[in-house]
Amino acid sequence: MSDARPGRRPRPTRAVTVVVIGAGQAGLAMSHYLGRAGIEHVLLERGEVGNAWRHERWESLRLLTPNWQCRLPGLRYAGPDPDGFMTMPQVVDFLRDYARRLSAPVQAGTTVRSVRQADDGYRVITERSEWRCRAVVIASGAFNLPVVPPLAKALPASVDQLTARDYRHPGQLAPGGVLVVGASASGLQLADELQRAGHAVTLSVGEHVRLPRRYRGRDIQWWLDAAGIHDQRFDEVDDIGRARRLPSPQLAGGDAPATLDLNALSARGVRLVGRLVGLHETRLQFSGSLSAHCAAADLKLGRLLDTLDAWARTRGLDGCLEPPQRFPPTRLPDAPCLGLDLADGGIRTVLWATGYRPDYRWLQVPVLDRKGQLRHHGGVVDAPGLYVLGLPFLRRRKSSFIHGVDDDARELCDHLAAWLARGQRQRARARHGTILDGPSNKAEDSPIAHCHLDA
Amino acid sequence: MQTAIREIDNGVNVTALLGAREALSQAPEAARFTWRASCDWVMGTHSRATVEGFHGLGEEQQHKTRFAFDTDHPEVFASEDHGPTPVEYVLVGLAGCLSAGVAAVAQHRGIQLNSVRARLEGDMDIQGILGMDRDVRNGFDDVRVTFEIDADATREEVEALVAQSQKRSAVYDILTNPTHVSVQVK
Repeated sequence: MSDARPGRRPRPTRAVTVVVIGAGQAGLAMSHYLGRAGIEHVLLERGEVGNAWRHERWESLRLLTPNWQCRLPGLRYAGPDPDGFMTMPQVVDFLRDYARRLSAPVQAGTTVRSVRQADDGYRVITERSEWRCRAVVIASGAFNLPVVPPLAKALPASVDQLTARDYRHPGQLAPGGVLVVGASASGLQLADELQRAGHAVTLSVGEHVRLPRRYRGRDIQWWLDAAGIHDQRFDEVDDIGRARRLPSPQLAGGDAPATLDLNALSARGVRLVGRLVGLHETRLQFSGSLSAHCAAADLKLGRLLDTLDAWARTRGLDGCLEPPQRFPPTRLPDAPCLGLDLADGGIRTVLWATGYRPDYRWLQVPVLDRKGQLRHHGGVVDAPGLYVLGLPFLRRRKSSFIHGVDDDARELCDHLAAWLARGQRQRARARHGTILDGPSNKAEDSPIAHCHLDA
Repeated sequence: MQTAIREIDNGVNVTALLGAREALSQAPEAARFTWRASCDWVMGTHSRATVEGFHGLGEEQQHKTRFAFDTDHPEVFASEDHGPTPVEYVLVGLAGCLSAGVAAVAQHRGIQLNSVRARLEGDMDIQGILGMDRDVRNGFDDVRVTFEIDADATREEVEALVAQSQKRSAVYDILTNPTHVSVQVK
């Protein structure tokens, strides 16, 4: 009815109890729990299942978590290589098989254009259709749009620029020096790959999280899982805002991957510089704080290893683990470079590995803070019936990992189901106690009428 | 028997600071501060700067007293040495900022400080300011800060205090990152 404007074919309008936006690991895990609770739902997916894994990652990328850790509600890795690390096509297969097993109601190729509040729920408009629903689960991911500093626009045209999202393989880049900006997992892996491919790489390093791939004979992910670090809850940490903003740890997957830290890169000839902080004419300016950032990361690594060692000791595991070790501090150049003139041709390409932000341009509900982030409490968004899943440290430190979404999805599904039930009771009371209820609301109250086509 | 529990006291009101943080998160515009100094040239390389008012929390603010600072150059620069050189004031600013940060972070983390001493050195090649070599910069080319801290804490905890104070230091940021500066004639 609302779209019956002259000259425009009305979109078909459908009703469903819950719309889930996105069919990656988060959306699928939610689908599992909604299905189990008998809650009618649909997953609207802009592309195909696991779209970002399929189309927005570079070719050599492997998961940072070993195969044994790749689990989703009701599914564990059962392949031949539990200690291996999935390639992107393997991740996509893993998710696609999961979607099939669930018979998840995925509407592929359906891009959501807007979500608005409507009477008794939400109106979700896609390119092709309109959905009326009681609740919406945002499972479209945290890594939608690359974040690039404003000075990128002012770089001379002689320098090529690309983001980690657009990078695929070293052959894409013109021969010559590369400045990789950002020292989280992506930045380190790309710096390594490009240096090995023969480019002279300079790596701009700000705040970062240093982690060894293996510790005392076990993968670091085993430690973080077993010692309960991954399970730390959002309401247990001192400053959740800060915990959510932490850069992804310096890790790489691969066939028997080694620790990838700044020392490993320096040893291969990568030049380390501080955070990129300015551009004066054609001269890039790097912060003089490189040593402070490295010292802080070294200290935090030491503190984490102290915690892990103490945990192993109290659990009596020292006998079955290799002895504790400490890693050498990050080695820095004696006189770190504070500026580079792009005019002298030493840098041919700038590769931005400066992080991502979620894309909420379609969300027409006033739930964003002044920084454009969703206001939510552990995934329960600041608007009744609106939920978000799969963001960093949403409810637990592991929330944005594939295996981390299970617990969050279960708890949020419980919350959502309780909220739906409360609404149903209220409407039933309204129907019996007053005459407020008109015939137009009837269809939505009847569970069997959900998911029908009414236009 | 009562067990005496020693209160951690570094003289920093952390509760007030955390309260201010909370209040400012509701009204971020009040977090805009403008700091001011004025300076009168006296004679030769000798000037006298004063600091009194500043703007913050949405209104004009005043220090309890008006502070005055003489700046000059030493006799080896053929000056009369009425005060520290301006670059020494930069070291003073960095020292004060990092030390305040160490105290605040220690208080927040429940670490009692017994003594904190910072020694600062800034290297400079004066061929820059004398205009002798255009490849030499005017300012510091290296600044070193060494803390000696006696606290009821492990070495790692003390190192973490110093790391966190750098992370939250205004002067450290001013020195390590470029800042837009405009100088005009009225």
